[in-house]
Amino acid sequence: MSIDYSKETVNAWRRENGRVGVRNHVLILPVDDISNAACEAVANNISGTLAIPHAYGRLQFGEDLDLHFRTMIGTGSNPNVAAVVVIGIEPEWTKVIVDGIAKTGKPVTGFSIEQKGDLETIRQASWKAKEYVHWASELQREECSISELWVSTKCGESDTTTGLSSCPTVGNMYDKLLPHGIYGCFGETSEITGAEHICEKRAATPEAAEAFMKIWKAYQDDVIFAHQTDDLSDSQPTKGNILGGLTTIEEKALGNLEKIGRESKYIDAMGPAVSPEKGPGLYFMDTSSAAAECVVLMAAAGYVIHTFPTGQGNVVGNPIVPVIKISGNPRTLRTMSEHIDVDVTGVLTREQTIDQAGDALIEMIKRTANGRNTAAEALGHREFSMTKLYRSA
Amino acid sequence: MKEVPHLLVHDATDNVGVVVVEDLKAGTDMLCVITHDNSDFRLTAEQDIPIGHKVALKDLKAGDTLMKYGEDIGKMIGDATKGHHVHTHNAKTKRW
Repeated sequence: MSIDYSKETVNAWRRENGRVGVRNHVLILPVDDISNAACEAVANNISGTLAIPHAYGRLQFGEDLDLHFRTMIGTGSNPNVAAVVVIGIEPEWTKVIVDGIAKTGKPVTGFSIEQKGDLETIRQASWKAKEYVHWASELQREECSISELWVSTKCGESDTTTGLSSCPTVGNMYDKLLPHGIYGCFGETSEITGAEHICEKRAATPEAAEAFMKIWKAYQDDVIFAHQTDDLSDSQPTKGNILGGLTTIEEKALGNLEKIGRESKYIDAMGPAVSPEKGPGLYFMDTSSAAAECVVLMAAAGYVIHTFPTGQGNVVGNPIVPVIKISGNPRTLRTMSEHIDVDVTGVLTREQTIDQAGDALIEMIKRTANGRNTAAEALGHREFSMTKLYRSA
Repeated sequence: MKEVPHLLVHDATDNVGVVVVEDLKAGTDMLCVITHDNSDFRLTAEQDIPIGHKVALKDLKAGDTLMKYGEDIGKMIGDATKGHHVHTHNAKTKRW
């Protein structure tokens, strides 16, 4: 008997703009690398805040700077974040990020270091952060429809078991929840290579197919052919993939695409960290296949839960979005079970169907939305890796 | 208790399957299941093959197309007779 998901609810936070978040972070967000120290000092002063240091934000320009701003603003705007303190070296770019986050209606204040120094900035920002923690800690969860969740996906340390078990488990979840109005997202432009013709056919409209193929071709021309030595064989499949039994990029890509299920079709293909604009449904995002970079971009687009199939055992997490790990590889469950939230080894032993595995994943999505810490959260994985398009000026 | 399969095959048109048990030894009489229709057959493993790695379901020769998921995933660059290991030592993408 199949489960009716239309009436399912989760207890989560409804933000000022109506979006639903499943975590309640007070972020201390650096505009640039040289403001990391001040942000970490504020987070150290005020319990319940989270600094997310990163490597960039200076001398970037053009499309690369746009992506930097979009990632910073998107991270602060994510519904898993209650309030944000922004710290930058100078006031102008700090203001760009503060103004961008303020559009959500959530509390946000910026501080800049020049003419003050770190110590005075830390003092002022700590007072504001303390005020935000008091405020955010009194916000209550409320009942929200499961259809209000934005759920992204990306697999990592894939092997042949991901294509047989954990990836189709995510696909089954999407086939069940997308019809009820959730937002979905898959990406990994380089890992679609080998199955691009199949991905093209999974577009809901000719426009979406065209948008996907344009992104995919640009990646081939601008990245692969521009920088290749001979081919991608030293990095795609990765050494871990090959150890796990994957031989070719076609084989890897076909397994990867199992994540979008049997029936789901994407309604648009969008740039990195761009928020979906065409309503509920599945979206393709142009991302790297590196786990942390990809999850950061999807979080910046507004996704609040990430589902992560793994074969050989990728351990990635994210500072603001819970990353749910799914694995069907019995060796991985035996040797590194502390990283896995949903065990689907039963799919390989034929004791569990993909349909049952999909239900188990949806149950874990609900528990995670209701507050269960994921393995990555419990283990302190907060990888915040920004995507950079080209070198700075 | 139901016998657990040693090898899973995505599609009936595939010419390789995936080992899904640890420590598979040469000589094992493998239970092989095609996940697409749940049908099964038996095949003898001719080598020790690690979990996750592929096994030839029929005799494959250099130049043959590798089929998995019912799709072309590359070509053989060496030979692998039925029950032998298929991986980067004898197979590669056609793309490069």
